[in-house]
Amino acid sequence: MAGGFPTDTRGNGLTGIVPVVFAAALFVYFASMVPTIAATEVIRVSIPWIPSLGIELAFLVDGLSLTFSLLISGIGTLVLLYSNTYLAGHPQYARFALFLTAFMVSMLGLVLADDLILLFVFWELTTLTSYMLIGFSHETEKSRRNALQALFVTGAGGLAFLAGLILLAAASGTTSISGIIAQGSALKEHAMYLPILILLLAGTFTKSAQVPFHFWLPNAMAAPTPVSAFLHSATMVKAGVYVMARMHPAMSGTDVWLWTLTILGAVTAVFASLLALRQTNLKQALAYTTLMALGTLTLFLGQESGYAMTAFATFLIVHSLYKASLFLVVGCIDLSTGTRETDQLGGLGRIMPITAVAAALAALSMAGFPPFLGFIGKELKYAGAIAVASEPLLVAGAALLSNALMLAVAGVVAFRPFWQGSVPSGQSPREAPWQMWAGPIILASLGAVFGVYPDLLQVALINPTVISLTGEIGEAKELKLWAGINVPLFLSIATFILGLLFYKFHVQLRAKLEQGFQAIPNLDKGWDSFLDGLKRFAKWQTQLVQNGKLSSYLFGTFLTIAAGILLTLVYTGMPMIAVDLSDVEWKHTSIALLTIAGALLALVTNSRIAGIAALGVVGIGIALIFIVFSAPDVAITQLLVETLIVVLVAVVMLRLPSLPKAEFRPGRAVLSIAVGVAVSLTLIAVVSSPLDLRLTDYFEATSWPEAYGRNIVNVILVDFRALDTFGEIAVVVIAALSAYALLRTTRKGDQK
Amino acid sequence: MNSVILRVGTRYLAGLLLVFSFYMMLRGHNEPGGGFIGGLTGATGFVLYAIACGTQDARAALRVMPQTIAIWGLGIALAVGLFAAIFGDALFTGQWLFIGATETEKGLPLSSVLVFDIGVYLVVFGSILTLVFAMEEEI
Repeated sequence: MAGGFPTDTRGNGLTGIVPVVFAAALFVYFASMVPTIAATEVIRVSIPWIPSLGIELAFLVDGLSLTFSLLISGIGTLVLLYSNTYLAGHPQYARFALFLTAFMVSMLGLVLADDLILLFVFWELTTLTSYMLIGFSHETEKSRRNALQALFVTGAGGLAFLAGLILLAAASGTTSISGIIAQGSALKEHAMYLPILILLLAGTFTKSAQVPFHFWLPNAMAAPTPVSAFLHSATMVKAGVYVMARMHPAMSGTDVWLWTLTILGAVTAVFASLLALRQTNLKQALAYTTLMALGTLTLFLGQESGYAMTAFATFLIVHSLYKASLFLVVGCIDLSTGTRETDQLGGLGRIMPITAVAAALAALSMAGFPPFLGFIGKELKYAGAIAVASEPLLVAGAALLSNALMLAVAGVVAFRPFWQGSVPSGQSPREAPWQMWAGPIILASLGAVFGVYPDLLQVALINPTVISLTGEIGEAKELKLWAGINVPLFLSIATFILGLLFYKFHVQLRAKLEQGFQAIPNLDKGWDSFLDGLKRFAKWQTQLVQNGKLSSYLFGTFLTIAAGILLTLVYTGMPMIAVDLSDVEWKHTSIALLTIAGALLALVTNSRIAGIAALGVVGIGIALIFIVFSAPDVAITQLLVETLIVVLVAVVMLRLPSLPKAEFRPGRAVLSIAVGVAVSLTLIAVVSSPLDLRLTDYFEATSWPEAYGRNIVNVILVDFRALDTFGEIAVVVIAALSAYALLRTTRKGDQK
Repeated sequence: MNSVILRVGTRYLAGLLLVFSFYMMLRGHNEPGGGFIGGLTGATGFVLYAIACGTQDARAALRVMPQTIAIWGLGIALAVGLFAAIFGDALFTGQWLFIGATETEKGLPLSSVLVFDIGVYLVVFGSILTLVFAMEEEI
């Protein structure tokens, strides 16, 4: 990415503009719903999708989903505008814009879906599109590895998530999310509550990169910076948080919910803050602060109090605003100087004044200084933490520590590169073009505007969101810049002092942290050996199952058939079979003897040609049976096929060396007898049960008057069941072409 | 198999089988026969030809690549299926035309069903020959 800003700031023409306009239109569309939602109403649209399963294409706009939608489409617009310049002239920009827009739409679908199955579809779509985006620079090995890692971790979580959703739907009897929430606390008393919770959290924790699944998120920074700004600040990683929030009214309040979310959230928040401070790479540092934010959001979702919910809603917005802004600033710094390492940056404030202002505004919000929205968010966090009935000290302690560390990281990321040191020699930074500073400035300014006028946000989004989270009106607490002298204020002051100390000594701290983290096991290190192990296992089991020996394939196939039939017979009970041999005529007996003789000859002969001819006798015997029971069409087909097979096999077999002397293989003998017995028993059972003739009667009655044909078999083939026949002949063509391709390939291989 | 008698005999036999296969296909709607059986019979003729005279001759006699025939058959069958949609019927509904029909005589019946059967015939015929020729040439 080094090498300065693109000289041509016009971007990518129409390919660049259309997505921006599209995203902006979506934002305006969602913004137009704010008055309705602010009046504590909800909008629900549903179209039947799979009516037999009660699954609908249902979308719900309420406080929570509208907040997310506005963040997604708003930040999406700015990020797309930014990328158009950031990646100006990139040969694959169209692909990039498509992925990013597709991701945005999937994410919108995810937060708006009001049906569990629909939710899952969009959930997986975000996983897939983010895989494409993280691996956008697919020329580099690292980028591919990290994209795959993100895909595997979130995809594995997605499977657990699906299982959880299915259990949830089964437990509550509906796939409608609002329907489940309307059932109140029924779910909490359900016997399957714990499995559902564990599976859903497995999905959300992997997606939101909570400890111990946090390792993929920093690696995902291999993506172009606008992608990180979008996916890893406002959207994808918050999908997990969103689902937890969505299910909050139906599932929160139990001990398991409270402790799992509180402890893992707190651990993630503190752990990630320490990791963030350790980083020298600006983007990595921001990635870890995102983890901290996700941990904090999870922490609050563990609780039920109005304070905690208000804190959740506020911090969600605060974080998205400042984090997207800072990521975009880092992108500007990166393009301008060619590096993201803090050690090699300094004195940019005078050269990039607008970017510096945006960075400062965002960082002050992040650090929680008044009068920014971040300050209100922090005060609410402390108020929410103290309101935690069970363990206020733990929650408040975690919040204090992570906030102080956040302040230090804000300094490292947004203060140091601009206002300390001087520009190192060899760099010739410039101010970013307007398309690139517009996004950060707008987002960061919003943090300040909402800080001074919190009422704007309160009515429009915070109150409705809290209603979504608690299910009750009036739980939301007021957003105030000055809430009087109280405990949160003292905690804020403590945060500032502690944070500034952390910042002052961050270089020394970093060295200490480096040593400390060496001792902690990191799943990322084991990742490659895990993947290698998986590949070795796949290879081993493939060689076991597909060893290339035709006889072992046949053995496996017949073993499955025999076992399947016999086990079914044992479990369902052997049908009482009374074989009545009174109406057997001499011709039946002679056909049977002929067939048996052919089979026995094929078994014992040493000559290939005799074996083929013997098998032909068996086939002709079967054709004779068809004739005896007056099915001429089937008999003719059978005869012709038998003839062709004998000719074909003879063509091949005659060129092969003669068979070795037939030896007796007990295993195969047992298997073939078992298959024979199983099939015979089934046939006798079928024949002895009364035959349902309704279909036969129908065809006999309608064949002539409706299809003008007297040969029922053929009329069925070409008229009544023409679609089936079409399917069959398609299979015939495919089989012939595949066999042709195989034969041709081997021949060419031989010629080499 | 370098036998003059076999080669000459097979030529006539193959021709007869081909004619017979058309007959089998056409009568299929009312008597035993039809596209599957017809296709198999026709293919048998060319398989014999290929064994007696070699696949090069057989291919030359066929003029068209067998896989082309199979795919054409599939295409014809599909077209017949779609054809019903023009008349607003469900896919693959048979369409009938009775030329010269009067009150007592039903006239000459023509149907899309027969065309579908021709498609089946070509698929079976082409697919078998694709396989047999490839196997013969392989060895």
